[in-house]
Amino acid sequence: MTAMRTITYREAVREALREAMARDERVFLMGEDVGRYGGAYACSKGLIEEFGEERVRDTPLSEAGFTGAGIGAALGGMRPIVEIMTVNFSLLALDQIVNTAATLRHMSGGQMSVPLVIRMATGAGRQLAAQHSHSLECWFAHVPGLRVVSPATVADARGMLWTALEDPDPVVIFEHAALYNDEGEVSAEGDLARDLDRAAVRRSGEDVSIITYSGSLKKALTAADTLSAEGIDSEVIDLRSIRPLDNETILTSVAKTKRAVIVDEGWRTGGLSAEIAARISELRFYDLDAPVERVCSVEVPIPYPRHLETAATPQPDGIMTAVHRTLRR
Amino acid sequence: MSRAEDGRVHLTREHALELLRRMMLIRSFEEKCAELYTQEKIRGFLHLYIGEEANAVGVMQALEPEDAIVATYREHGHALARGISASAVMAEMYGKASGSSRGRGGSMHIYDAGHRFYGGNAIVGGGLPLAVGLALADKMQGLTRVTCCFFGEGAAAEGEFHESMNLAALWKLPVLFVCENNGYAMGTALSRSESNPDIAAHAAVFGMPADVVDGMNVVDVEAAARRAAKAVRAGEGPRFIESKTYRFRAHSMFDAELYRDKSEVEEWKKRGPVIRFTKWLLDTGTAHESDIEAIEREVETIVGDAVTFAEAAPWEPVDDLTRDVMSPAKGAVR
Ligand SMILES: Cc1ncc(C[n+]2csc(CCOP(=O)(O)OP(=O)(O)O)c2C)c(N)n1
Repeated sequence: MTAMRTITYREAVREALREAMARDERVFLMGEDVGRYGGAYACSKGLIEEFGEERVRDTPLSEAGFTGAGIGAALGGMRPIVEIMTVNFSLLALDQIVNTAATLRHMSGGQMSVPLVIRMATGAGRQLAAQHSHSLECWFAHVPGLRVVSPATVADARGMLWTALEDPDPVVIFEHAALYNDEGEVSAEGDLARDLDRAAVRRSGEDVSIITYSGSLKKALTAADTLSAEGIDSEVIDLRSIRPLDNETILTSVAKTKRAVIVDEGWRTGGLSAEIAARISELRFYDLDAPVERVCSVEVPIPYPRHLETAATPQPDGIMTAVHRTLRR
Repeated sequence: MSRAEDGRVHLTREHALELLRRMMLIRSFEEKCAELYTQEKIRGFLHLYIGEEANAVGVMQALEPEDAIVATYREHGHALARGISASAVMAEMYGKASGSSRGRGGSMHIYDAGHRFYGGNAIVGGGLPLAVGLALADKMQGLTRVTCCFFGEGAAAEGEFHESMNLAALWKLPVLFVCENNGYAMGTALSRSESNPDIAAHAAVFGMPADVVDGMNVVDVEAAARRAAKAVRAGEGPRFIESKTYRFRAHSMFDAELYRDKSEVEEWKKRGPVIRFTKWLLDTGTAHESDIEAIEREVETIVGDAVTFAEAAPWEPVDDLTRDVMSPAKGAVR
């Protein structure tokens, strides 16, 4: 058995960044306050001292400019990691990501490759209100030409970056802001490259499949624990990759449990949960014993006060209620 | 002619004390906020304006009630200087239903339609296009009103800044751009983020007249704002003020301030807008210790009342979670 050690999600991201830069000279990190400040979420603290200002590159407030520059640098032979503080600010860079990074390979008839990694924080839970709390992962997952991943565990945060850097295409990594302080185990050696394509079954069960990702995984597992005390055996699936979606893991689970509850911190309308529900009904309709349930954020810009923010986003109680409905209890 | 229309500062004793009172109210309010943050009464991000009070207070002197204001997430001072009640702002900081934005926005999103206070924008640079549009609406409706847009120097690197400046200049819109240059965008010093750190020079590119002012001196700020607002109001097109200032506190309550020396902060504190103006008032005999003490007591009472109000204010019921997403009066807009 490999020896394990416990680190935080933030440390996992930092270790992964350090390892990537040590391993490949072409890798550099760029974004607002990644250097001197150490990163808005302190993920890159200490890296500027270790790798210097060229490779831990502080940028002005210019999301469109530096994200586009990341695309250009990737085209030009570098392996940039662009950090955008949060998905909310990535909207200023959406043009570069969607119109350029995602299309270049195809528009150029396969001649151009954009091996770029974009990391950004996402999600609610810190009372930061409507311009700092949204989960817009599905907007990126909508776009062919991008790969979109979302590490929900410390081990995935540690391992996914390297795999993303090996990818010849642009990869967007979403780090849920409420996870940075979480602790988890990683292997002592640190070499943890992770497969980006497959969802993970985080808890196996027979009665219902709870399908989720990112910050909602913890909530799904909490709900599953409480449900098991009632004798309900939930399977919890962590998507890990939200583009492409791992149909096989999702559908195999649903074929077994015959019930699905999708938990998504994004809004319900036009969201990732809608896509997953559609796939289940297209491909496993006759296996289902109950309609697919969805637990999503309420359709409101995330409000500031704690009680309203909590009410606006998926919580274990809501997940349990949805599970009960699928079981008609 | 009203005071604001006149391009000059009339520094009577009464006016000088009013400037001091407003700066001291902001200072006292925000010191209280910092305390309330550690008690977890105020949550989320809290960006204090401490050290920068002369800017909002000075500029607001040049504005009329019908003028509009667009600010950033560091806007408590602007809200108070505009005359929004400390109680409404404090209740907003708490997230209570009696807050200026029903508690929905919190510290970063203070709005008040009655005061034509258009936030409260937490996207850096996001307020500038909005200001251009407000001014465009005024111009198209033949209204001689000024839209005053506050932002930090960090915003000058964003495309929205350049696009907005160009639009305002191109269409000769009544916008007063006020760049509060406090030297740092979070942890990034201006010299590390701008190829040309002379912010006012950016305005010249668009042929927009610009003034550089000592943002630690409330009278200088007021004078610059009066000159600029007068020109804007006269239909001469947009004006730009770069105000050189400094924030004494961390960027937000999460910032360990690893990017600047304590000695630099201490140097700037000696030139603080409240300290310096107070000293000037006393040295010139414009005010006496007793005047200052009276203002101190007065603002303490206002802030104390604001806290009492916020504490007692109700939380919005969860049942109302989805109110104010869309207007209930569909089709009512003409
Ligand atoms: C588009 C965007 N990018 C990044 C951020 C994160 N952020 C918030 S404030 C800030 C610094 C802004 O500095 P400046 O404009 O100088 O204003 P100051 O905070 O100094 O008042 C940054 C990077 C943001 N809110 N919006």
